[in-house]
Amino acid sequence: MSNFVDRLKTALQALSPDNIGTYIQESQIYRSIFRVGVPDSDRKRMLVMLGSVFLHLHPVKVRKSGIRMRYTWCMGGITFFLFLVLTFTGLLLMFYYRPTLKYAYVDIVDLREQVPLGIMREIHRWGAHAMVIAVWLHMFRVFMTGSYKPPREFNWNVGVILLVLTLLLSFTGYLLPWDQLAIWAITVGSNMARATPFAGSEGPGAALLKLGDVSLVTSSSDARFGLLGGRFVGESALLRFYVLHCVGLPLVAGFLMAIHFWRIRRDGGISGPL
Amino acid sequence: MELIRHAINFLSDPKILITIASLLLLASLKYPGKFYTNRTAFIVFGGMFLFLGLSVIDRNFRLIVTKPDNVPIVGMLFLVPFFTWFSLREAVRNDERAARGEPLIEQGETAEKVLSWPSLVYPELICMVLLTVLLIGWSIALKAPIEEPANPTASPNPAKAPWYFLGLQEMLVYFDPWLAGVVFPGLIIVGLGAIPYIDTNPQGNGYYTFRERKFAIGTFLFGFLILWILLVILGTFLRGPNWNFFGPYEYWDLHKLEALVNVNLSEYIWVKGLHMGLPTNPLIREGFGFLIILAYYLILPGIFARKWFREFYNNMGPIRYHVMMFLMLTMAALPAKMLLRWLFNLKYIVGIPEYFFNI
Ligand code: HEM
Ligand code: HEM
Repeated sequence: MSNFVDRLKTALQALSPDNIGTYIQESQIYRSIFRVGVPDSDRKRMLVMLGSVFLHLHPVKVRKSGIRMRYTWCMGGITFFLFLVLTFTGLLLMFYYRPTLKYAYVDIVDLREQVPLGIMREIHRWGAHAMVIAVWLHMFRVFMTGSYKPPREFNWNVGVILLVLTLLLSFTGYLLPWDQLAIWAITVGSNMARATPFAGSEGPGAALLKLGDVSLVTSSSDARFGLLGGRFVGESALLRFYVLHCVGLPLVAGFLMAIHFWRIRRDGGISGPL
Repeated sequence: MELIRHAINFLSDPKILITIASLLLLASLKYPGKFYTNRTAFIVFGGMFLFLGLSVIDRNFRLIVTKPDNVPIVGMLFLVPFFTWFSLREAVRNDERAARGEPLIEQGETAEKVLSWPSLVYPELICMVLLTVLLIGWSIALKAPIEEPANPTASPNPAKAPWYFLGLQEMLVYFDPWLAGVVFPGLIIVGLGAIPYIDTNPQGNGYYTFRERKFAIGTFLFGFLILWILLVILGTFLRGPNWNFFGPYEYWDLHKLEALVNVNLSEYIWVKGLHMGLPTNPLIREGFGFLIILAYYLILPGIFARKWFREFYNNMGPIRYHVMMFLMLTMAALPAKMLLRWLFNLKYIVGIPEYFFNI
């Protein structure tokens, strides 16, 4: 009997979390994925930063002043994280959503009523609002610390384009639910294009662009038409906005973020007093 | 109670709201050491929470503030003032340190390097987890809105652009779409991009300070806080049917009428001033308007360069200086037009509707 208890004890000891942990960490599978193992020494902490695609976005060592929350407010990172969340939830939404007049609205209603635990739409929408606010605050922080000054002028401009892209992403996404809120918001927004000087049918100077008696800039050939693919917000506008929203703009934004992050390091890391 | 409500409705009229906010900003930048302290933060944010807490009792207020899409803007109403206060408090502290000859807050730690793992990676992880929790909680609590299916023949009233463009829509009150919707947004982007090339002040790079870059910070804050954030908030909460103004406790009455008595400059001059009819040739009719616009853009920069901005001109050189002046004057055109509208009911300085050319 006591023999059995002893053997049970050793068996349980072998199964203790510590031992299992060590066993896993020494297995070939684990070692093949995480080369460095637990970063428990400074050497390993450096290697881990170099060895991972994700972590190597960061340098191995950073200036202490640069990681202070009170300096950056983490706003750039928050913006980036929200972008990742939006990409992920957006992808899930694409499984359900079809960008046609017939289906767009019903698909959105179904997302609420049929999909179990369906909060992807909510996360996507609130995340989008949050991202817009976060970019504004990030820009505000960069301005207040004077971090646009040399050598970071170019990266500030990459940022400005990212700001525009963020707003465009949100603008194109706003149309997709295809309800009253959506089409009228986009109608109000895109009506502005009609007033583009020279390129809009109701813009100053457009009347000057004529071939003989034929006006070149009309409501079916002006900037707004080009934006919407039609004279009003209809099926082709929905398709255009969908493609831009789910493929075109995220790709461009992703590219620019890569440049943005690369440049932060080339410019000497987060700014600080010299 | 009624009285307070009326008073607040009255104070939130765009004329008064924008004026008060601008004066407040100006005063706070004149005496930053007094404004950006912990005590004022308690008073201001306490007051804001109190205002919000008491106001939600009001039905009309609740209706507009709790609209799901407006909730993040209520959040912004707190976040933007908070970060304004925070960054300027850091700036004031740094300026005081510099005045005493001590190192800046940031300076103590710039020389020191730490390992990214764990000093950077762990906080990032915590931040991501917290954000995820926040987003999930928010999404469970608040359903994304979905209205009636799209109907191109029934336009809602008010028809509003997405919230982040409401500042531009608010500009439509003062300028035509070709300016408010195309030229100004374009110039905002160009202007933002131009900032690092215009601002040649080498000080204040990489730390919070106000004293070393008063002009740059003042201009940016005016543009960002008043001409962008405040207009977004105004457009969201205080503009109802027909883009009429409605106080925060006011019912959005579709039939509220606002007398439109706006008059063009040409009419002021030819009809009221010279007691003549309006000339038929638009170029003659709008001659004065054109002169004013030309003077605004061509003569003012010269005067400024000679009087107040002499140092800028000498430091920046002519090209930078004139680009800066063009952008700043365009930015100032919005408050200028607002004032003209509020004081004289001025509609257009140059008004040639035949060619959609109205300024
Ligand atoms: C790769 C990235 C993205 C993909 C694949 C994606 C995909 C989608 C899809 C399929 C929808 C329609 C479903 C719906 O309306 O509920 C949508 C809506 C929307 N998206 Fe995105 N999206 C992405 C990124 C973004 C970003 C970065 C923003 C904003 C900054 C954004 C803002 C919006 C908005 C405001 C809506 C309307 C939300 C709603 O009413 O539910 N999206 N997106
Ligand atoms: C999608 C939008 C954006 C993302 C994801 C992003 C991301 C980031 C991140 C993660 C950083 C590191 C420091 C920090 O968190 O503050 C950063 C720094 C920076 N960002 Fe952005 N950013 C975006 C938009 C912008 C905008 C709109 C601007 C300016 C107009 C801008 C200008 C800069 C500059 C100049 C730095 C370097 C700051 C320094 O060294 O102190 N970025 N950005």
